[in-house]
Amino acid sequence: MSYLMNSSEILQTIEMIDQQHLDVRTVTMGLSLLDCADRDMQICCQRIYEKICRRAEKLVDTVSAIEREFGIPIVNKRLSVSPISLVAASCREDNYTPLALTLDRAAKAVGVNFIGGFSSLAHKGFTDSDLRLIHSLPQALTETDLVCGSVNVASTRAGINMDAVALMGRILRQTAERDPMGCAKLVVFANAVEDNPFMAGAFHGIGEPECVINVGVSGPGVVAQALKACQAQPFDVVAETIKRTAFKITRMGQLVAQEASRRLDVPFGVVDLSLAPTPAVGDSVAEILEIMGLEQCGTHGTTAALALLNDAVKKGGVMASSHVGGLSGAFIPVSEDAGMIAAVESGSLSIDKLEAMTCVCSVGLDMIAVPGDTSAETLSAILADEAAIGVVNGKTTAVRLIPAIGKTVGQRIDFGGLLGSAPVIALHPGSAAEFVARGGRIPAPLHSLKN
Amino acid sequence: MKAIVSVFAKDSKGITAYVTSLLAQRDINIVDISQTLMQEYFAMIMLVDLADCPLSFDQLAQELRDKGAERALDIHIQRQDIFEAMHRI
Repeated sequence: MSYLMNSSEILQTIEMIDQQHLDVRTVTMGLSLLDCADRDMQICCQRIYEKICRRAEKLVDTVSAIEREFGIPIVNKRLSVSPISLVAASCREDNYTPLALTLDRAAKAVGVNFIGGFSSLAHKGFTDSDLRLIHSLPQALTETDLVCGSVNVASTRAGINMDAVALMGRILRQTAERDPMGCAKLVVFANAVEDNPFMAGAFHGIGEPECVINVGVSGPGVVAQALKACQAQPFDVVAETIKRTAFKITRMGQLVAQEASRRLDVPFGVVDLSLAPTPAVGDSVAEILEIMGLEQCGTHGTTAALALLNDAVKKGGVMASSHVGGLSGAFIPVSEDAGMIAAVESGSLSIDKLEAMTCVCSVGLDMIAVPGDTSAETLSAILADEAAIGVVNGKTTAVRLIPAIGKTVGQRIDFGGLLGSAPVIALHPGSAAEFVARGGRIPAPLHSLKN
Repeated sequence: MKAIVSVFAKDSKGITAYVTSLLAQRDINIVDISQTLMQEYFAMIMLVDLADCPLSFDQLAQELRDKGAERALDIHIQRQDIFEAMHRI
């Protein structure tokens, strides 16, 4: 294939990478561990360790070589595995922490920076194994470095498992009391997706093949830069500009995905079209909303601006990739976005506005620090609100709340690295304890009789 | 394999001669070349063919980076596929 060199295009690409933080956020290998099951947990652990080391041995080296040859930063190399509640279902032990320790050890052995899948799917009810896994979460997440967990508590077809919602409020508190960092690795889902490459919510779903490569792209800085050139232009121009930029970003992700798939001889799964911010200045989703004309993220107009952004990213990206999946949309993790942090600190962005924003973007209340004395019931009530948004709108909502033990509104909690730091946000004082204590299931919503 | 070599530096005499001789010494053929000044900065972009280059891609990238640094030049090499993917349908 002959390439006609065009200097301005080449300079544009180099500028995107050097100045505007363009990167591939993650190459995530999904791996089934269902064949590692055994009644003896030690044997199960051994099989898991061996399988991960065998299948993911070359992942990091191969992806790093692609990174160097193409000159694109590929920030994270990760693994997602089958929900451990399924893999361990036949084990006799009550505590699944040894499995988490095994995942941690295997992740370190192959050099990935996170492994997701210490997970349970409990949207309609608990199996015995789901309960054992969920009760193991506080210990498992605080005694490991790289293991991420998730629990799906609701789906559009099954409704909301309010027993799971109530339990997860308590689990979040127990985890935070051990170490708030554990909560940064725990996601509570409604409508969890099976092929999400992003942490902490990645797991290898049961409809997935044996092994697969999924790629998550990023690039808020590139979108922000492109929008700076459309000042005072109508929204048609804004949407077109985002689409064009998303197309370019996604094509790069698709290229990396195909190359990784070919070199590792593992099928390509999906590209997740996501605008994932980092704490670096100029790599912020909040900044994009502000460039559209908002004085600060969180003020009136924020939800509309985010809705446009989220939709245009998908429209631009969808043509650039042969298979799109995962969460696909804009992420709004507060601690990982300098603009969001500033907006919370100035009082412009409240928990209520964040909740409204989650109705129109790809995730839920993400990486939000709440006061250390927040009760388990209040945490559960927040989870229930987010699950309701996901269930009724037929979308994924993923909640990562961090009770900042010993801290109160206005103080900050630091996580380090890509996870950033979060100001503690104010919650409503009214109790939802009686509501949460009811238990049972909130029935699935009606999606017919639309006349 | 085709690749794009990009060179950025403060403008001075002999940059093109220096960089092209680095490439020639390593058996690299220049397929296309373009250069421009952005304010006082020099930017040169070359499409090169690595078919006869005896070095691995990583070795070559490292040598170009090191040799560039000796003359305060920022030299990068990337496979051309990335630019084609991003800008061509």
